[in-house]
Amino acid sequence: MDSALKKALIEDCATMIIAHADELTSLDQAIGDGDHGVNMKRGFESILADADALAARSLPDMLKAIGTQLVMKVGGASGPLYGTLFLTLAKEISDQPTSENLKAAFAAAFEAVKARGKSDVGQKTMLDVFAPVLAAWDNRSNLASHLSETARLAAEATVPMKAIRGRASFLGDRSVGHMDPGARSSSLLIATIAKHFGA
Amino acid sequence: MANVGIVIVSHSEKVAEGAADMVRQMVGDAVPLAFTGGNSDGGLGTDVGRIMEAIDRAWSEAGVAVLVDLGGAETNTEMAIEMIDEARQKRIAICNAPIVEGAVIAATEASGGSPLDIVKQTAEELSPQ
Repeated sequence: MDSALKKALIEDCATMIIAHADELTSLDQAIGDGDHGVNMKRGFESILADADALAARSLPDMLKAIGTQLVMKVGGASGPLYGTLFLTLAKEISDQPTSENLKAAFAAAFEAVKARGKSDVGQKTMLDVFAPVLAAWDNRSNLASHLSETARLAAEATVPMKAIRGRASFLGDRSVGHMDPGARSSSLLIATIAKHFGA
Repeated sequence: MANVGIVIVSHSEKVAEGAADMVRQMVGDAVPLAFTGGNSDGGLGTDVGRIMEAIDRAWSEAGVAVLVDLGGAETNTEMAIEMIDEARQKRIAICNAPIVEGAVIAATEASGGSPLDIVKQTAEELSPQ
């Protein structure tokens, strides 16, 4: 993959997360420990500072380095979860990925995140965004915008869910009525990446 | 054979340090002990790099039992273990036990020379089955 595109992806994802840090924090304050925004911001600031060097690597190497940085910098539960996502993508993706390769890599990453969080679909987590995106991944010509919209709607669909995993599960029924912060950050990243592929 | 080491991982450095003080009061220097708490900015949270360092500080050839508090502490500890030398990974066990009581009872068991699986089992008897 072209290094200019890789750099643009890194910069846009980082900028998107940094710009939404306060929103992610207030979502997490409602049903968690309120650190999701600041934790993600710390991780993506570190990635942004390293954007040139990261973009110069092959796509798998770049994703591996991003995953490692997220693991080491983000903390919270989202550090190992997003770290595992990127580290698994790194293992499964080729440097010039086709849509099929991307989908297979994302499916493997989904399983790895599921195992890392000992969680499953329907528990008000980022998995509730990843699963519908995987299910919607087909051969249509406007795939990027289709996946972006699927992710946005899936994050919104976590609002009525009751949290079963993570700090939000301590709230029980009181977790209902709030969007899951991890689902929101996932949908933001998917929309940002999709934009570079025509969404 | 050396005694099993104990590592305490809390979101709060004060909780981790306080639990470690309680362990020392019980077993003195009979077990290798390390604690870590807080994220890389000094706020509440856990940090994979610091957890790896704590495991290294408390390392014992008999292995290390890790006590954690809430979710992210466990997830980050699992991640830290995967990033440690493969030869050591099998000798690191996360105990499903309350952090303070678990640390004290695990250390007491370890101070008598029990192997890692017994130390873990004793700490986990504190958790509702």
